[in-house]
Amino acid sequence: MTGGFTIRNIVSVVLLVALVLLPLYAEFAGNRFLLILFTRIIILAMAAVSLNLILGYGGMMSFGHAAYIGIGGYAVGMLAHEGIYSGFVQWPVALLASALFALVIGALSLRTRGVYFIMITMAFAQMAYYIVSGLARYGGDDGLTIYKRSQFVAPLELSNKVQFYYVCLALLYGSIYLVWRLVNSRFGMVIQGSRSNDMRMRAIGFPTYRYKLTCFVIAGTMCGLAGALLANHTDFVSPGILYWTRSGYLIIMVVLGGMATAVGPLFGAVALLLLEEALPYAIKLLGTPFVGEVAGRASEYWQIVMGPLLLLVVLFARGGIMGLLGKLRAKERS
Amino acid sequence: MTLFIEQCLNSFQFGLLLFLLAAGLTLVFGIMDLVNLAHGSLYMIGAYFAATFAVWTGSFVLGAVLALAATLVVGMAVEVIAMRRLYGRDHLDHVLGTYGLILFFDELVRVIWGPEGMSLQLPSWLNTSVQILPGIQYSAYRLAIIAVTMAVAGFLYVLVMRTRIGMLIRAGASNREMVGALGVNIKLLYTLVFGMGAALAGLAGLMQAPILTVQIGMGENILILAFVITVIGGIGSIRGALVAAIFVGFVDTLGRAFFPDLLRLMLSKDAASTAAPALSSMLIYLLMAVVLVVKPEGLFSTGQK
Repeated sequence: MTGGFTIRNIVSVVLLVALVLLPLYAEFAGNRFLLILFTRIIILAMAAVSLNLILGYGGMMSFGHAAYIGIGGYAVGMLAHEGIYSGFVQWPVALLASALFALVIGALSLRTRGVYFIMITMAFAQMAYYIVSGLARYGGDDGLTIYKRSQFVAPLELSNKVQFYYVCLALLYGSIYLVWRLVNSRFGMVIQGSRSNDMRMRAIGFPTYRYKLTCFVIAGTMCGLAGALLANHTDFVSPGILYWTRSGYLIIMVVLGGMATAVGPLFGAVALLLLEEALPYAIKLLGTPFVGEVAGRASEYWQIVMGPLLLLVVLFARGGIMGLLGKLRAKERS
Repeated sequence: MTLFIEQCLNSFQFGLLLFLLAAGLTLVFGIMDLVNLAHGSLYMIGAYFAATFAVWTGSFVLGAVLALAATLVVGMAVEVIAMRRLYGRDHLDHVLGTYGLILFFDELVRVIWGPEGMSLQLPSWLNTSVQILPGIQYSAYRLAIIAVTMAVAGFLYVLVMRTRIGMLIRAGASNREMVGALGVNIKLLYTLVFGMGAALAGLAGLMQAPILTVQIGMGENILILAFVITVIGGIGSIRGALVAAIFVGFVDTLGRAFFPDLLRLMLSKDAASTAAPALSSMLIYLLMAVVLVVKPEGLFSTGQK
């Protein structure tokens, strides 16, 4: 992130502050849905931030990132199912399990490059999907309802919607800060160097495999935490959250927001989820004058617009939202 | 023993079916350097077309032929409208763009055919069983699938290795610019190859349609298997795809059929019945992991990508 009062930085700060103030507005307007929607956005943004660390900065095209959400979520769900509600147990277990999984699949997958890497991470995540689908004790395909959210010490109560929102927000901002510090450290320089030319980095003496694996594990662990939050948010986990299309969903957030930017994934998450909410209404609103009532029914099929929209973003707005904001600044200067 | 032979034939049939999918995937990747996630959607569309056309025409075979032609056309249209713009870009762009196409196709199918699945009835002459060995009966339709896929594999071999088009395809795979410079219409060649890949996927889909239900998302599970196969076989290699597909077909089918019993011998009954389904679906991924540890570029890697 470059310093100074560029449009990009101002917009970023506005968003970061707006998210802090959002519960006040939601309380004032009596809009509970808004609070729940944004809690979800924040949790998924955290997953996207962690993916951005390896995808954007590290150039590791992981298509299996949803696996960590699932592992973190299932760690919470399974422990709760066994009667262990303490967050001091649940969350470390969630983190540890995701870290271990990342270590194993990272160690294997990082032996390969390019398309192989995409397909392998995807296949491993799919393997995790089949494993949790086969866990008959924990609901199998049907998923697992969590009756009690993670328990912490007295004043902190996750079932309080506003408190939970702020916990998620704090963890998101913590993650963004951590990633920002990481990529600007010596470690981050090595990671970014290996993205542009791995062979050169090795030639000047960096064991890039170890650096990349460490980075992969950090990202996986961070995403596992997002999974633990998501399980607490929905009070439910199912194999669906680690299906491979969910990994694609996270990649979309990162690219939509702008790869290799500190707050880009947050923008991506906000934009994508708001778009999902808004598209059905937009189809209804724009379609009704032309085709009448059919538009109302057509709004159900909003994904038919979403797909091509994605293709257009890939083709014409490669830098994502942060890229567009950056261009605004460039025009101003000239 | 009867069960074992039957399961072996099932494995072989499933493997050959997977080969059709993996061949299209690997062909498109080898020649256009394009990662096509929407390959599974073409498989799904082939199945839907077959189910619809079979009802319209009243004939299974006629419906299948029409569906094949229709999938070829859809594939070529997709190439001209969308894929063409993705060549030469980053692989991440391919993944995202074709992911968008999956969303589009899934929703399109929901709009046209509705959210419920369809089923495709077999004609009575295929819906019987044949005695293949004394005392062993096997489904005529599955035998027909084996025959058709083997014929297609043979056709592919002759097409790629023995014809002028095949020569251009191979040349295009090793050096695109040079083939273009020699005056070959690369754009048309690409459209053809993509259409062919689509037709192969569609063929796999329509042949699978009478065995499974035709439903939205049917292409996504099998796509992952096709990916595993291309990775094991080495991306871009059709021969590798064939070997890996049959291998995966055997591991997956036999694993599901016999692995639970095997586990029961080693573990207690309870533990085995909980662990078996998860473990048997893990088998092929473990297989892939082993292959990668030994040969990170796949078994039959062409060695350039």
